[in-house]
Amino acid sequence: MKVIIVGCGRVGSSIALQLDGEGWNVVAIDEKEEALSRLGSHWNGGFIVGHGMDVDVLRAAGIEEADAVVVATNGDNTNLVIGQVAQKRFDIQCVVVRVLDPARADFYQSLGLRTVSPTKTAIQVLTDAVRACEVPTREPAEART
Amino acid sequence: MYALVAGGGKAGSNVARSLTGMGHEVTLIEQRPYRFAQLESEFEHQVQQGDATELFVLERAGIGRPPDLVVALTGDDEDNLIICQIAKERYGVPKTIARVNDPRNQAHFDLLGISPTICATTSIMALIEHEVPEHQLVHLLELRKENLEIVEVQIGKDSPSAGKKVERLSLPEGSRLISVMRNGKAEIAVGATELQPGDQVLAILEPGKEDELRRVLLKR
Repeated sequence: MKVIIVGCGRVGSSIALQLDGEGWNVVAIDEKEEALSRLGSHWNGGFIVGHGMDVDVLRAAGIEEADAVVVATNGDNTNLVIGQVAQKRFDIQCVVVRVLDPARADFYQSLGLRTVSPTKTAIQVLTDAVRACEVPTREPAEART
Repeated sequence: MYALVAGGGKAGSNVARSLTGMGHEVTLIEQRPYRFAQLESEFEHQVQQGDATELFVLERAGIGRPPDLVVALTGDDEDNLIICQIAKERYGVPKTIARVNDPRNQAHFDLLGISPTICATTSIMALIEHEVPEHQLVHLLELRKENLEIVEVQIGKDSPSAGKKVERLSLPEGSRLISVMRNGKAEIAVGATELQPGDQVLAILEPGKEDELRRVLLKR
C-alpha cells in the first residue's frame, strides 16, 4: 500500500514514520529540503522537495499509483486545495486533510472531503481534562481572612 | 448591487473604489493590519479587517445576505479559490470572480468549477502572442464553460488556404470560421468567401483543435 504525505513538518513526519513502520510504502513531500531530517537518518521511504499545489510534484511522488494521501502542510487553504485535487483529479479514495479551523473543516467535510481538525480535538480534550479535575471546594474569601 | 471584495491590495482597493463610484454597495476585506489602517482612512466602514477565508469574517461582512458578487483578489491562489468555493457552495452567492496569481494554478480553479478567473500573466502572454506574428494563431477569447475558444489567424502568401473558398477547406470537426478582416473591413465568413493572403480570419473551435486548424489554414 502506497501513501503520499504532503507537508513533512511535526505532524506529517510523524505520520510518515508511523506508517512506514507499519509496512506502508511512504513518499513525503515538503517545500524545504531540511524537512527530510525530521524523518531520521535511516529513512528509506521517498522524499520529494516541492510544493504540493504543483501537479508535477505530486506526479513525481507517484500520486497516480497511491492508495492514500495525507495533506498536512501548515496552511488550511493549501491543504483544502491539494486534498480536492488528489480526490477529484487523481481519483484517490482515501484522502485525509488537516484543517486547523473547525468551521472550514466541518464545511468541507459536508462537501465530501475527509477533514481532521486538531483544533477541534484539542478543544474537546482540554475541556474534558478540566471537567475531570478533582477541584477541592474553596472556602469563601471572607472565611479565610 | 452588493459586492464583497476580498483582498485590499492594488487590485482589490481599485475595484472597490470603482464599484463604489458606480453607486454599488461594497465591503472590502483586508487581513494585514498596516494595510487595513491605510484603507480605513479612505473606505471607513466599508472595509473590514480579517482573514476572508474564515467563515465568521465573511459572515460579519454580510456574506449571508448573500452578495450579488464576490471578488477574490488576494495574492494567494489557494485563498482565492477557497473564498469563491465557500461563497458559492455554502452561501449561494450567484457570481464569483477569482484572481489567479500563478498561471500554473489555473487547472485547480477549472477542476473545482471556479470561474471566471483572471490572470495577469496569462493576459500578458496573450498580448505578446498578438504582437509576435510567428505564433501564427492568437487566442482571443476562451469560453471555458462552453468549452470553446476564439482564435485569430493571418493568412500568408504561401498558406494552402490562400485563394480557396471556405466551403472547399477541410476544416477540422469542431471548428468554424467566423469572419474575415480584409483592408480594415470585416465580413462574416460564408461558404463562398474566398480567403486571400493578408486576411485576418477569426475562427471558433474546441480547445485542442488548434494544430489541425493551423495545418489546414497555414502550413505550407
